[in-house]
Amino acid sequence: MLIGSNQQPLIKWTTRGLYCEKGDFYIDPCRRVDRALITHAHSDHARVGMKSYLTADAGVGILKERIGIDSSISGIPFGKHQRIGGVIVSFHPAGHLLGSAQIRVEHRGEVWVVTGDYKITHDISCEAFEPVRCHNLITEATFALPVYSWPDSQLVFEQINQWWLNNQAEGRCSVLFAYALGKAQRLLCGIDHSIGPIGVHGAVEKMLPYYRKAGRAIPEGLLKANAENKEKLKGVGLIIAPGSVQNTPWLRKFAPYSLAFASGWMAIRGARRRRALDRGFVISDHVDWKGILNTVDNSGAECVGVTHGYADALVRWLGEERGLRAYEVSPKYAKDRPGEEAEK
Amino acid sequence: MKGFSELYLSLDASNRKNEKLAALRNYFSVVPPEDGAWAVFFLTGNRLKRPIRMTDFRKWAGLACGQPAWLVDECYNHVGDLAETLALLLSERKRSIQIQDRPLHQVVQEDIIPLRDLGLEEQRERLESIWEHLDGSSCFIFNKLITGGFRVGVSQSLVAAALAELANVEPAIMAHRMMGIWKPTPCAYKALFTGAHSEDQSAKPYPFCLSYPLDEIARSRLDTISNWQVEWKWDGIRAQLIKRGNEVILWSRGEEMLTDQFPEIVEEAASWSGSIVLDGELLAWDHDSPAPFSELQRRLGRKNVSVKMRNDVPVLFMSYDLLEFDGVDFRNKSTQERRSILQSWSSGISSRYFGISPLIDACSWEVVLRLREESRRRRVEGIMLKRKEAPYHSGRKKGDWWKWKVAPYTIDAIMIYAQLGHGRRAGLYTDYTFAVWNEDSLVPIAKAYSGLSDLDIRKVDRWIRQNTTDSHGPVRVLEPKQVFEIAFEGINESKRHKSGIAVRFPRIIRWRKDKLPKDADSLKMVRSLLAVDS
Ligand SMILES: [Zn+2]
Ligand SMILES: [Zn+2]
Repeated sequence: MLIGSNQQPLIKWTTRGLYCEKGDFYIDPCRRVDRALITHAHSDHARVGMKSYLTADAGVGILKERIGIDSSISGIPFGKHQRIGGVIVSFHPAGHLLGSAQIRVEHRGEVWVVTGDYKITHDISCEAFEPVRCHNLITEATFALPVYSWPDSQLVFEQINQWWLNNQAEGRCSVLFAYALGKAQRLLCGIDHSIGPIGVHGAVEKMLPYYRKAGRAIPEGLLKANAENKEKLKGVGLIIAPGSVQNTPWLRKFAPYSLAFASGWMAIRGARRRRALDRGFVISDHVDWKGILNTVDNSGAECVGVTHGYADALVRWLGEERGLRAYEVSPKYAKDRPGEEAEK
Repeated sequence: MKGFSELYLSLDASNRKNEKLAALRNYFSVVPPEDGAWAVFFLTGNRLKRPIRMTDFRKWAGLACGQPAWLVDECYNHVGDLAETLALLLSERKRSIQIQDRPLHQVVQEDIIPLRDLGLEEQRERLESIWEHLDGSSCFIFNKLITGGFRVGVSQSLVAAALAELANVEPAIMAHRMMGIWKPTPCAYKALFTGAHSEDQSAKPYPFCLSYPLDEIARSRLDTISNWQVEWKWDGIRAQLIKRGNEVILWSRGEEMLTDQFPEIVEEAASWSGSIVLDGELLAWDHDSPAPFSELQRRLGRKNVSVKMRNDVPVLFMSYDLLEFDGVDFRNKSTQERRSILQSWSSGISSRYFGISPLIDACSWEVVLRLREESRRRRVEGIMLKRKEAPYHSGRKKGDWWKWKVAPYTIDAIMIYAQLGHGRRAGLYTDYTFAVWNEDSLVPIAKAYSGLSDLDIRKVDRWIRQNTTDSHGPVRVLEPKQVFEIAFEGINESKRHKSGIAVRFPRIIRWRKDKLPKDADSLKMVRSLLAVDS
């Protein structure tokens, strides 16, 4: 009943993205299509221009914010089964950011799961990852090398708090670069906001109402990091902003400052040093190597498709060391690893 | 070891000189001399002789962390640093033993150095048990020390500055105490603070006075030419010749001892009477003018220089400054004064292998500018300007010594191959090969990896990943589409290169997005530069 060489796979790679013919829909398509199922609102997964979108209820607000209020977006509760064409579809928490989902597709007892981006480590800013049993798992592989092994996030938050305190002692502003959707909110929920004033960049602020509405512990009294609040933040504040503001006049307003980046890529010294940062904090919204292997084990899948990142190594490892049927979902070189600025 | 690892990590993490200085000061203020001696050894760029073969090291580390060799390689390709890769992988395995911290000198003297004398199987066992006892960052540092790749973003002068603060002396004095061959003994370390000089004192070089680059605009802001001593900028190896008593020692600027590589110079200097310390340039010499730098390179890195080599590549020590004379330190005298003593001294010595860098007599900046245009023909790099009133500074100090080089050659070439970078650029495609047209095929002309901004590096990296047509091992073959302007300092015929040409110090000037591949230069055009250079 699983994909044999003579049988069509339930979900396959096309130039428009992952396609399910039996249900006639695409998952996170990269070109315009009629029906798009979206795992989460990051720009490499949710693109404008689809005729209709379906995403998890918990992610509808953020998706609208990202791709436009006028788009035709419907939501579906986590876990609810819905028939689309000849298949049954359901969304399950991916633990990547608020409302992020894995998509489960079932056809005559054959179950496929597309993880989208996910993590299995603790994160109070979003729903916890839910393991889903399946026959064929399509997993992301952003950090699929055994050199990536995430430290306990609580320890990382303590490091960030300490760095902030040290900067205060030196009269420096603490500027923490983080991806504006997901990571930034996770940091806001995790750091000790009693240390001092916190400023947020506009791109980060935009997403806060959705997190607050969902009851996530975003601290009150956050400041807009702008010229008006400059004096309140200088020397004592913590500013959370996307990495793209490095070397901009906007950032220079808050000098003197210490620059840090919160990302899984910071596990490697080279990545930290070539961005000319003072600190790198290892905290990721993707799974690490062990996390992927655990997820594969827990899913019970005999067949594993790999996409989004270090596919080669994971495919080979799953095949040789675990004896699974593993394959790379996207064609070679078409989807190479994203580079450290885009941990989406 | 933990203290040293932490020092390394904070030096590595910081971009601020003050923070680095503070980290060094904190470390040295508490470290026992046994460890401090080794810390100075490593921080000032010394390495241990590799105790084991790298291939073995890699294999055993792979075994110890339980990953297949191909995956270790894959990780190494990504991380770009073997020691770091193995530390990351090793920190993941389960261990049965409590981690214990051992002092740096013990790790070096009892773990690393004795490895050399063990058999293969014993080496592997020893390593495994050492790894078992080290935590993540100590494991990384240990691996760095073993692989000899221990490099940290700290200059010798910064280490000297930190120690100088603790010893309460001038940084220059500390730099002086630290120069020469560093023996990593507690005695040597303690002597840094007491100034009790050890027996090899007479070999110690002075810190070199370094110049800043000058461009046309900065040049136009300099005051009247009569305040400046004008010389050629020689294209050789900067060196300090020390003759104190009967012993002669030749140091490179990188504090490498060159004494054995230039025996004729050393022998001649030994015949002089009295003591002297000279600053100058080692050059390959062809009758009455410098030979290309590639000639000089043939003389380097040899333990023994044969008579044939001496005859094939005659050399010269081109002196341009005098730092010490008959035991007196002259560095605080003016450039003009030092020069006149140098000249009168040199008139009385045998000088087959010695020259005095001639002064360029120019009455105006226009004349200097015109002479500078002759640089290539004269096989020099340009012009040196030294303020006549200036003392001989320690290290780089802006304002008194300027190097005014001739503009480099530039060509437009097409990027054809790319490889992952290492160190700071690990994980990004930053090592490029460029080609020029030979009729209608492309022939590689230069490899280069520097000169692009971080932003461009990431853009090029992305372009490379999307425009790979083939790959050979780590090398990606690219669509020949992107044109870059490449600069280089010199050009020579070469049988080893497919193009028949070798260029010196190639680097990327800019990404010529405005140019199409057909606009790139041809091999014929590049060859025409040969004529200018020789
Ligand atoms: Zn993504
Ligand atoms: Zn994402």
